[in-house]
Amino acid sequence: MSSLSRDDVANLARLARIQMSEEELVSLSHEFTVILDAVARVQEVASADVEPTSHPLPLRNVFRPDVVLPSLSTSEALSGAPAQEESRFRVPQILGEE
Amino acid sequence: MIRDSASQMAKALAAGDITSVALTQVHLDRITSVDTDVHAFLFVDTQGALAQAAAVDAKRAAGEKLSPLAGVPLALKDVMTQKNVPTTAGSKILEGWRPPYDSTVVTNLRANDIVILGKTNMDEFAMGSSTENSAYGPTHNPWDLTRIPGGSGGGSSAALAAFEAPLAIGTDTGGSIRQPAAVTGTVGVKPTYGAVSRFGLIAFSSSLDQAGPCARNVLDAALLHEAIAGYDARDSTSINAPVPQVVNAAKSGDVKGMKIGVVKELNGDGYQSGVRIRFEESLELLAKAGAEIVEVSAPNFEYALAAYYLIAPSECSSNLARFDAMRYGLRVGDGEGASAESVMNLTRKAGFGREVKRRIILGTYALSSGYYDAYYGSAQKVRTLITQDFDKAFQKCDVMVSPTCPTTAFKIGEKSNDPIAMYLNDIATIPVNMAGIGGMSLPAGLAPEDGLPVGFQIMAPAMADQRMYLVGAALEEALLTKWGAPLLSKIPELRGK
Repeated sequence: MSSLSRDDVANLARLARIQMSEEELVSLSHEFTVILDAVARVQEVASADVEPTSHPLPLRNVFRPDVVLPSLSTSEALSGAPAQEESRFRVPQILGEE
Repeated sequence: MIRDSASQMAKALAAGDITSVALTQVHLDRITSVDTDVHAFLFVDTQGALAQAAAVDAKRAAGEKLSPLAGVPLALKDVMTQKNVPTTAGSKILEGWRPPYDSTVVTNLRANDIVILGKTNMDEFAMGSSTENSAYGPTHNPWDLTRIPGGSGGGSSAALAAFEAPLAIGTDTGGSIRQPAAVTGTVGVKPTYGAVSRFGLIAFSSSLDQAGPCARNVLDAALLHEAIAGYDARDSTSINAPVPQVVNAAKSGDVKGMKIGVVKELNGDGYQSGVRIRFEESLELLAKAGAEIVEVSAPNFEYALAAYYLIAPSECSSNLARFDAMRYGLRVGDGEGASAESVMNLTRKAGFGREVKRRIILGTYALSSGYYDAYYGSAQKVRTLITQDFDKAFQKCDVMVSPTCPTTAFKIGEKSNDPIAMYLNDIATIPVNMAGIGGMSLPAGLAPEDGLPVGFQIMAPAMADQRMYLVGAALEEALLTKWGAPLLSKIPELRGK
């Protein structure tokens, strides 16, 4: 029986960068008890001798020739930006002030 | 005219009986009339569609050689980017975004002169089986407006069933093309993984996502399949091999001597009686058409759902990290002294819906240190076992079949507070995505107990997509003879405006 506490969910929400209300944290922790029980069934057959599959195609690295191709102009690339300044994305402060 | 198949419309266009502008206009009129009730569309590109139609008409008038579907209108799932046309993936976080580029699917549609009417509704980021998770409100099933049209591509399937478009594009991560097709009495195909480029498809679960054709009959789906499929250097998982000849297969429908494997585990308990009745009847018709029906077993399919609900959330928790409020989309909480982290936290709180948050958190947990092996790692092993089940079964048969879904369309709201009950809809469609093979759903009739459409699923080995079209065409032909008219002729008339 797996379960997640309200605090576990709060930690995951912080890692996933999603602010959550108290109501959301509590109800998600209840839901996860049920969901984790259901998905934990994979452990019944996942024995050590089974190789994992991450992808349906047996691909390794896929390369293309190192040639410059047409791409978006600066104004196109910035066309959806929430804020811009001097032909660049303007973003909120990233480093804290000391 | 709007009730014709895409092939019939293409024929009328080629014969000069109608122009693409006129054909596009009748569909735009139909959308205006019925979409208030159905809500299949999030955006109708009236000007763009008419301009594209006029361009096709001009090419035809100039005697240019055109592709088979040139001038026929189509509805595009809102998960595909289309340059300068609003693209939301059903989410508030992308409200108002106009992508600066076309997806490869759109590039291919344009190259085939297929007219794009607009963008269709979907569960947010394609997470759902009912279209109720759209941030813009649910789509209603044209068979019964109180019921769901399937999901995530419920807008595309409803647009077909409501005669708002003869063709549509869907994407299928765990059944999002096939389940909506099943519950609306339409045809939906998930091609082999890698057959259709994912460039410009807003990613949910990259190792499972695959775009494909939606239509009202098997031949129309095949024509659209060949129009959108093919190698694309901009998608590193695109298959560099010739596209299977699915149009020829759909025209032939010859199943004599083919072995059709009925999956023992995808039938019986939990499947509605009317679904089973229609499924058995379809098997009899295929046997009469000359196919040999055999039983195959896939013992690990019962773990597919559990594995899917670890793999897809894990991949989505990574893919959706791109919605960080920095380069495009919604930004909340910006201002003097606000940090990037608090802006991200507030934007993602406001921009993502409940199901998306649920899956991101689940995926973050499944990938976290200490739990990775037990959850994501184990799910990857189940993926291997499912693929092996398919490989073994395909040694005994050419295609595998099952009902597409356990039930017919349920009521809007019926399962929205029970994630596990909702997830069970996809029990028969998920194995196909796990193995990266092809799957088709086509109408098998109406369930006697509720008069709602039932879907018949056909699964074929990777890069043998033509086999689904052979069997689909054979079954469609046999059912048409039995019914005397296509299933959609029985759909109740929408009152409209």
